Amino acid sequence: MSAPTLHAATPAEEVAFYVTEEEHAHSGASTMLGFWIYLMSDCLIFAVLFACYGVYGRSYAAGPSGADLFDLPLVALNTAMLLFSSITYGFAMLEMERNRKGMTLLWLAVTGLFGAAFIYFELYEFAHLIAEGAGPQRSAFLSSFFTLVGTHGLHVTVGLVWLVTLMVQVANRGLGEDNKRRLMCLSLFWHFLDVIWIGVFSFVYLMGVLQ
Amino acid sequence: MSPDTMAQHHGHDPAHHDGAGHGTLKGYLTGFILAVILTAIPFWLVMGEVFANPQVTAFAVMALAVVQVVVHMVYFLHMNSRSEGGWTMLALIFTLVVVAITLSGSLWVMYHLNANMMPMPHHDMRGIP
Repeated sequence: MSAPTLHAATPAEEVAFYVTEEEHAHSGASTMLGFWIYLMSDCLIFAVLFACYGVYGRSYAAGPSGADLFDLPLVALNTAMLLFSSITYGFAMLEMERNRKGMTLLWLAVTGLFGAAFIYFELYEFAHLIAEGAGPQRSAFLSSFFTLVGTHGLHVTVGLVWLVTLMVQVANRGLGEDNKRRLMCLSLFWHFLDVIWIGVFSFVYLMGVLQ
Repeated sequence: MSPDTMAQHHGHDPAHHDGAGHGTLKGYLTGFILAVILTAIPFWLVMGEVFANPQVTAFAVMALAVVQVVVHMVYFLHMNSRSEGGWTMLALIFTLVVVAITLSGSLWVMYHLNANMMPMPHHDMRGIP
């Protein structure tokens, strides 16, 4: 690819104010770095939500506190679901590197089931809290709690949609370079969500019960 | 180094050229076992009420969380200073600095805002929504 010409135009040639050549699409050369930077920006979103929770986490408005509401065995179960889904996604990546399509799809399906179980338990917890009258509108503590944990849950849900989409892609088109790159992006996303969950169960649930 | 070995080095495993780390079975299993241990300990500390002083428990929980984040970063996200020529690490460090400023700054400012708020007599509060 030639660099855009910068020399002064002679009267004969037309002055071009834009690059007339098509940019070469380097398919995937910088995708992983770009996706990583997206994840870092997502990390900032969660940092802001954690900061909100840190500020409002003790403003109960004479309502229930974390110690009254949180059910630690359920949180431990949820944490286990996400941790298992992380290792099974790792197995899917190892099978992908060996170009074994069937096993990759199998481990992706197991990952999806663990992820779906996580979402199920989280929705169960939310429904239970709202039924008890501890919905997001009850206090600043609960507003920030639902925003933080709900945003994480939304990310996992989007991850599940992405996972199913990629499973269909891999099933139809096989493990080509493009699909491998997409699976690696989802791998980063999925493990990143697990990292955020460490913050959630430590800072929100365990610290909430302590007080 | 002879040109022959040079060529071998360059031709070796093109997948590694994108710089993204690849895990091994051993790496994933090590990470998983460490993650399970580092998750189980804080739950046990809180649910079993191991320490009488909740401050100690809180400190231990946060310290274990930091260690677990590092374990996940290394074994699951395959972070190292070489991938993408160091740019992922640079982006991570930048993000961590911003996150630290955001968290500590918010808590610090809002704590002082609460502490310095002028106490209001009860009858003055009536008109305030």
